[in-house]
Amino acid sequence: MSVDQKIHIPQSVPTAPGPGTPAAIRVRDLHKSFRIPTKRVDSLKERAVHPFASRDYRELNALRGLSFEIRQGEFFGIVGRNGSGKSTLLKLLASIYKADSGSIEIAGRLAPFIELGVGFNHELTARENVVLNGVMMGLTPKEMRNRLDAVIDFAELREFADLKLKNYSSGMLVRLAFAVMMEADADVLLIDEVLAVGDASFQQKCADAFHQMKAQGKTIVLVTHEMGSVESYCHRAMLISDGEIKYLGEPTEAGRRYLKLNFAAETGDSNDEEANQEEEVDSGEGARLTSMRILDVDGNETSTVEMGEPIRVEAEIELLQDAPGLHAGFVLANADDVSMFELSVPIHSADGNNIKGNTVLVTATVANPLAPGRHFFHCGLQSPFGISVYVPKAATFVVFGTHPSAGILAPETDFRVRIPGEEV
Amino acid sequence: MASRAEAPLQRVGGPSALGGGPRRFFDLLWLMSITEFKRVYFGTVLGYLWSLIRPLLLFGVLLFVFTKVFRVGSKTVEHYAVMLLLGIVLFTFFQEATTNAVTSVVAQEGVVRKTQFPRLVIPLSTVITAMLNLALNLVVVLAFVLAFGVSPAWTWFLFPVALAALLVFTAAIGMALSVLYVRFRDVAIIWAVLAQVLLYLTPILYPINAFEEENQTYEHLLMWNPLSVIFTQIRVWVLHEPDAPSVVHAAGGWAGLIPATIIFFGVIAFGAWIFKRDAPRVAEAL
Repeated sequence: MSVDQKIHIPQSVPTAPGPGTPAAIRVRDLHKSFRIPTKRVDSLKERAVHPFASRDYRELNALRGLSFEIRQGEFFGIVGRNGSGKSTLLKLLASIYKADSGSIEIAGRLAPFIELGVGFNHELTARENVVLNGVMMGLTPKEMRNRLDAVIDFAELREFADLKLKNYSSGMLVRLAFAVMMEADADVLLIDEVLAVGDASFQQKCADAFHQMKAQGKTIVLVTHEMGSVESYCHRAMLISDGEIKYLGEPTEAGRRYLKLNFAAETGDSNDEEANQEEEVDSGEGARLTSMRILDVDGNETSTVEMGEPIRVEAEIELLQDAPGLHAGFVLANADDVSMFELSVPIHSADGNNIKGNTVLVTATVANPLAPGRHFFHCGLQSPFGISVYVPKAATFVVFGTHPSAGILAPETDFRVRIPGEEV
Repeated sequence: MASRAEAPLQRVGGPSALGGGPRRFFDLLWLMSITEFKRVYFGTVLGYLWSLIRPLLLFGVLLFVFTKVFRVGSKTVEHYAVMLLLGIVLFTFFQEATTNAVTSVVAQEGVVRKTQFPRLVIPLSTVITAMLNLALNLVVVLAFVLAFGVSPAWTWFLFPVALAALLVFTAAIGMALSVLYVRFRDVAIIWAVLAQVLLYLTPILYPINAFEEENQTYEHLLMWNPLSVIFTQIRVWVLHEPDAPSVVHAAGGWAGLIPATIIFFGVIAFGAWIFKRDAPRVAEAL
């Protein structure tokens, strides 16, 4: 099996449930805040000595009035940065936390998978654990015993079914946990980043399973950082930031905004995206960069590029006026803002004209001599007649490699070692 | 698939003591208790013997001390040895169940914080596990009872009533301790001491009528302890000695039983109240 096959499975292209579909989850004006004591009172003595100390806390508003609906049979993504409130939302949906106000309605049985293998007792055998775990997910012990064989087979652990879990490897544990989840047969599944575990072949199995569930029309809520999985699985996605819904709709758009949000925070740019765009339009420039993305082999947006693999970049430029002689320039810089090289391309149609209102798509495939680490593209648009737009860090990506490399470049090298006197 | 689509939207109230419906609650309670029981007894070489050796060893030592050194027992009680053994086995249950309950919710942190789980199952399963132990130990006690020449009587059928009272009382204390421990870690230490104190404030090592005539106030005061009432009644029902004082006599009249009754139901109400209050927010406090 090649790497490509592992990651991209043929999609059954299930149609997204339309707006008329009944809701599986309905959330209305959900609020949740945590009290963070500035000084934790953990012992009775402290409580007795400082009877009023516990009043000393600050309020953290994790969720501020969320309202949304997830349709039945929908694969729904929730994305957001760390601390955005997405995990709190998941725990509220899963009845682990109690909401301060607002309501949550769920159709049917819900099974949360916040972490694989929670509730496994390592002193018991796989069989016993499967039954225990199934009951935790709401099945009866009898139902779960009937499914025992299916679970063990899915996990490919038949020879180890009577082995105590303490003797399992971590990979086996994950497989078992995932198998239980697949057989739990809940109406609504809540999944929190469990995709990030296991080896490549297990990931493939997960991917297959998700596509299968999607095809079966199960309602699945996926919380993740991984934009790739949001785009490949989800019908719709929701972006949460500071406990509020920033965007709900197309997964691709949610992913784009998420990355933008991320990188705005990284660069310490407090302006949010809308403000930035307005600024650009208001300044009366003749052109603006609407998006810039790094793509993988299949043209999906990515944030990582493997060492030595070519970098594919796509920039969307909107022309607001005629701009003869316009050039787009992309400067590639590393994390220390050292400029590595510049790509420059003239922007004009076949007959050499620019037409106002046109959107131009520039794509480039660049050989990748970069050492592992974070890199940025700065983008500049310039024309001899007054257009001068500069967008620093318009796109970012991480070059990853199996071995670290000193320096900023890691050009492909063919080493030969020869010892004089030895015949090859 | 069709039935799935018709599933109605239902309001979710968040975590609670009994969340997830009664059937799931009892399934989980039973499975958790039995797996823990199995874990303890199949995980060690001597298995069940350990849970028997501990009370029996204690019994042997105390029997020696109180009949040969202090001579408390043999004077006033016909079946001191049996009374002592029964008392120790029952109190071992009470102590084991409550002590294990203290840390139970915190120990199950992963389950509490990452799954949908009826909170009440956690402390109750420790009580049930201890109860399974007790059931096995009572079989051994029965052998002793018959060997020491106590003849069976119809009042033996009343023993489960007293046992039920002990069970409810133990469960209530376990519930309260398990959620209090989440907020105050001192609870574990305080309870270890308190349980030891209770051992001496319950007529287990000595009969309730061990006091001299002029010190009867102590006897009445001891009967404020609900455990004293339960243990004294068990002695009456199981050992049916002619000179064993009834609960009413030991408490100095029916009025003397009022404090114990208030404490008994007060503890149950407190346990239920504080657990119900704290259970929904346990995941956040951990």
